[in-house]
Amino acid sequence: MANFKDPQTSLDDFHQRIRIALIFVSVCMALLFARFFWLQVIKHHKYSTASESNRIAIITTPALRGLITDRNGVVLAGNISAFSLEITTAGIDRPLEEIVDELQKIVYISDKDKQQFLKTAKNSKSTEGIPIRNFLTDQEVARFLAQRFRFPGVEAKGRYFRNYLYGELGSHLLGYVGKVSQKDREQLASEIDDSQDEFSSDELRAMRVKGIQHMGKIGIEQSYEKQLRGVTGFNEVEITAGGRVVRSLSSTASIPGNNLTLAVDIKLQYIIEQLYGNRRGAAVVIEPATGDILAFVSKPTFDPNAFVDGIDSDLWKKLNDSPEKPLFNRPLRGVYPPGSTYKPFMALAALETGKRTATQTIADPGFFKFGGNTFRDDAKNGHGMVDMKLSIAASCDTYYYMLARDMGVNAIHDFMKPFGFGQLSGIDIAGEVRGILPSTEWKKNYFKDPAKGKWIEGETISIGIGQGYNSFSILQLAQATSILANRGVVMKPHLVKLIEDPLTHEKTLTVPSESYKIPLKNENLDVITNAMIEVNRSGTASQVFNGTPYQVAGKTGTAQVFSLKSQTYNASAISEFKRDHALYIAFAPADKPKYAIALVVENGGFGASAAAPIVRQALDYLILGQWPSGVPQWKNAQ
Amino acid sequence: MEKRPIKHYFSLIWFGLDPTLALLLLGLVFVGNITFLSASSGTVVSWLDQARNLLMAFAILWITSRIPPKWLEKAAVWLYGAGVVLLIAVAMFGLIKKGARRWLNIGIVIQPSEIMKIAMPMMLAWYFQRREGMLKVWDFGIALIFLLLPTLLIARQPDLGTAILVFAAGLYVIIMAGLPWRFILPFIVIGVIAIILIIIFGDTICAKDVTWPLIKSYQKHRVCTLLDPSSDPLGKGFHTIQSMIAIGSGGLFGKGWLKGTQTHLEFIPEKHTDFIFAVYSEEFGLIGNIVLLVLFVLFIKRGLQIAAEAPTLFTRLLGAAITLIFFTYAFVNMGMVSGLLPVVGVPLPFISYGGTALVTLGLGAGILMSIHRHKRLVQS
Repeated sequence: MANFKDPQTSLDDFHQRIRIALIFVSVCMALLFARFFWLQVIKHHKYSTASESNRIAIITTPALRGLITDRNGVVLAGNISAFSLEITTAGIDRPLEEIVDELQKIVYISDKDKQQFLKTAKNSKSTEGIPIRNFLTDQEVARFLAQRFRFPGVEAKGRYFRNYLYGELGSHLLGYVGKVSQKDREQLASEIDDSQDEFSSDELRAMRVKGIQHMGKIGIEQSYEKQLRGVTGFNEVEITAGGRVVRSLSSTASIPGNNLTLAVDIKLQYIIEQLYGNRRGAAVVIEPATGDILAFVSKPTFDPNAFVDGIDSDLWKKLNDSPEKPLFNRPLRGVYPPGSTYKPFMALAALETGKRTATQTIADPGFFKFGGNTFRDDAKNGHGMVDMKLSIAASCDTYYYMLARDMGVNAIHDFMKPFGFGQLSGIDIAGEVRGILPSTEWKKNYFKDPAKGKWIEGETISIGIGQGYNSFSILQLAQATSILANRGVVMKPHLVKLIEDPLTHEKTLTVPSESYKIPLKNENLDVITNAMIEVNRSGTASQVFNGTPYQVAGKTGTAQVFSLKSQTYNASAISEFKRDHALYIAFAPADKPKYAIALVVENGGFGASAAAPIVRQALDYLILGQWPSGVPQWKNAQ
Repeated sequence: MEKRPIKHYFSLIWFGLDPTLALLLLGLVFVGNITFLSASSGTVVSWLDQARNLLMAFAILWITSRIPPKWLEKAAVWLYGAGVVLLIAVAMFGLIKKGARRWLNIGIVIQPSEIMKIAMPMMLAWYFQRREGMLKVWDFGIALIFLLLPTLLIARQPDLGTAILVFAAGLYVIIMAGLPWRFILPFIVIGVIAIILIIIFGDTICAKDVTWPLIKSYQKHRVCTLLDPSSDPLGKGFHTIQSMIAIGSGGLFGKGWLKGTQTHLEFIPEKHTDFIFAVYSEEFGLIGNIVLLVLFVLFIKRGLQIAAEAPTLFTRLLGAAITLIFFTYAFVNMGMVSGLLPVVGVPLPFISYGGTALVTLGLGAGILMSIHRHKRLVQS
């Protein structure tokens, strides 16, 4: 320790330590320099990008969904502005759950909404508001605004929501929109067309998808989703760390979705729905020349507005469990044996294939025996001598039992197929069912077991009167009637007539031309038309159509729901849901058909009494402009 | 010196400040003000406040530079003693703000730990001065006790930043006083190994349920987020990530004065105080950083030079310790802002906004000036 005691050595040591300290300082400063060089030169690009993405946020501007109007311009599906409570998570520094709990004291927020929000918002510092509650009432908005200062980052924002102005009216054809699910997002991402964009990226595509809050789930809303949706716009903004927007850097306007003009006449739809009252059923009215569907009725209906912001589970359960099946799209998905409404087509088949002439008569004893089975006619003692016209007008079963036997199931199948029976019509909403147009081929494929799949000749007989395996949708029946009225020219049936670009007002027809033409002889068509006119003049529906100033070609039908074994049918004695379905097909005016109709009144009993009056009143409205008595006057919603 | 005695005495009496040190100081203050103007735009902090603080700091500097080091030597024990008493008082009835007990209300609210930054090197320099010529190894032990008592009191508040600075200030005196290398080297070796181990095993020791002895959980968190800022990008790591982005995005030449987006869009926390360097670095780039580093290195070099030339052991040790404290401030601050060191509350000398820090720094610079000035007077 000598050096401590000698002042000179001690001073030298101090000076040495000063030099070492200076070296230490220099090394440390060099270390800092190296760090700066690393950050500012080598990693500059990375941090520069990070700084840009810090500063710039892209806020999406949702596109306005296209309007849906009826053929006369009545708006059926529009957009209403409503307040929604949104939370911008970027600027929030306390637990979201706490904020939501406090918000719940001011504004009703269901636990389901809360959970969903927390799931979406978790781990996201979004500069875009995430909605927690839509459709705030005026009171709730006022209550929130008064307490706003307590909730930085929470806003009541005006948003557009889908609105179905007539509620339950036409809900099955319009369908509805619902909230976009995670699965939908993946689907949407693949659908986004960004070929028009200056630059495209996954990120941008994701933003576009983010701008879509609702999408069509069913009906026209679903099938024309891409048309209605529009293109999400962007606003590129500079933001602070707290998510506050400082200024707008650039913006790309959203492009509103295309407007749809329906083929449907909403007043006609309204009348028919009203005429059904509480009865269940389906009705389709088609304009034969164009394939325009003027009415597409499914009863009972439901209110699509309930689905827009997510249907509540009680209502969903109620709708689903109801024996009336209000969510079931009957004209599209319900299949029924056509019953006697099949007879005009059978008759036409007989004429076209040469199996019968119009004037050939048969003797009807009231039953038909085949292979040991007896097929009954509903006139117990028969209709006597029956020619083709009478067979239709009086709905003689025996005539058609014989005809079916003479034609065979495959010839019937081949003739009926182009009329669309048992075929997909190609209507512009999804979910259509095919039904069954029987043939030996069909049966072989239908039953796996070859023994069961073998066609039994006796099965052909009831095919002739529209029973047996026959099962078609009302849409198919209406389409076939329309083809008949249109003398073989097939137009694809469609609910949407025009697609309109809201910016250029350019309109495009959805079905501009015929699909194909069935070669039919005019004289044969005349025979069938006249026979169908006779139905309403002297036949099964003559009472209903008594005194019409125009001519209606029609045919009643009754489809069995419940097969009665050797028992007499007594409508009042069996439960409502097991009663026969009442069917009716018609076109009018018979000489120059403008309207073709098919309808079923489920469990309505006999076609002439339950189904035909609806057609009469609908046609009176369409042709004479006569408003049916008992139906409340139409009022435009606003 | 003999050639122009009158002019020389005149300047010593009327100004007497070391021109090199003063010039470098002005350079730093200039950089600080330029940056402060940018950092404070759009906030409630006014440039006038900073100007007032600077004026006050310069006044203290000037006055201190007049005080003969002898007086400081005499005041050392009293100042240290008062500091320890106040620290004990803080521990007993101090005010609690933001979870830390650092302040004492004696009519005005004071932060006694701040006094220790100067009192500590003064005390130890005084002690070694007294033992000059008869220094024993156990003297370093006694010095260590003087050092650890206030340091632990401050660390308990808790105030890790100040504790580190106070500890460093004392440690510099002890080392400069001749602490044998055999005591120093093992610590350096252990330190280096510890840093390497922390970097390698960072993931394991930063696991959630691992507690560190003697270290508070928030301090552990700081170290862990330093090792991996992305482990908590929205919380504690946010500051570091954002300041690193600011520095990195500045590039070679910077974004230009007042054009730092990280700063002006509020991504930088404490942007006019502890994190002001991020603002400077973003706007002036690597070139600006080099200028600043050079200013600091020259300042420290000049300070060490003054210490080396100082006439007494007390002034030598005090001068060296104060200079090295300036260095520690600068290094720790720039190190933490650039993500090299954990985030501790240490300002960038003469650049960060804040009255207390400026007073302390003014005092420190004043002492350096005084040592320099009185060396001349003594020599003459």
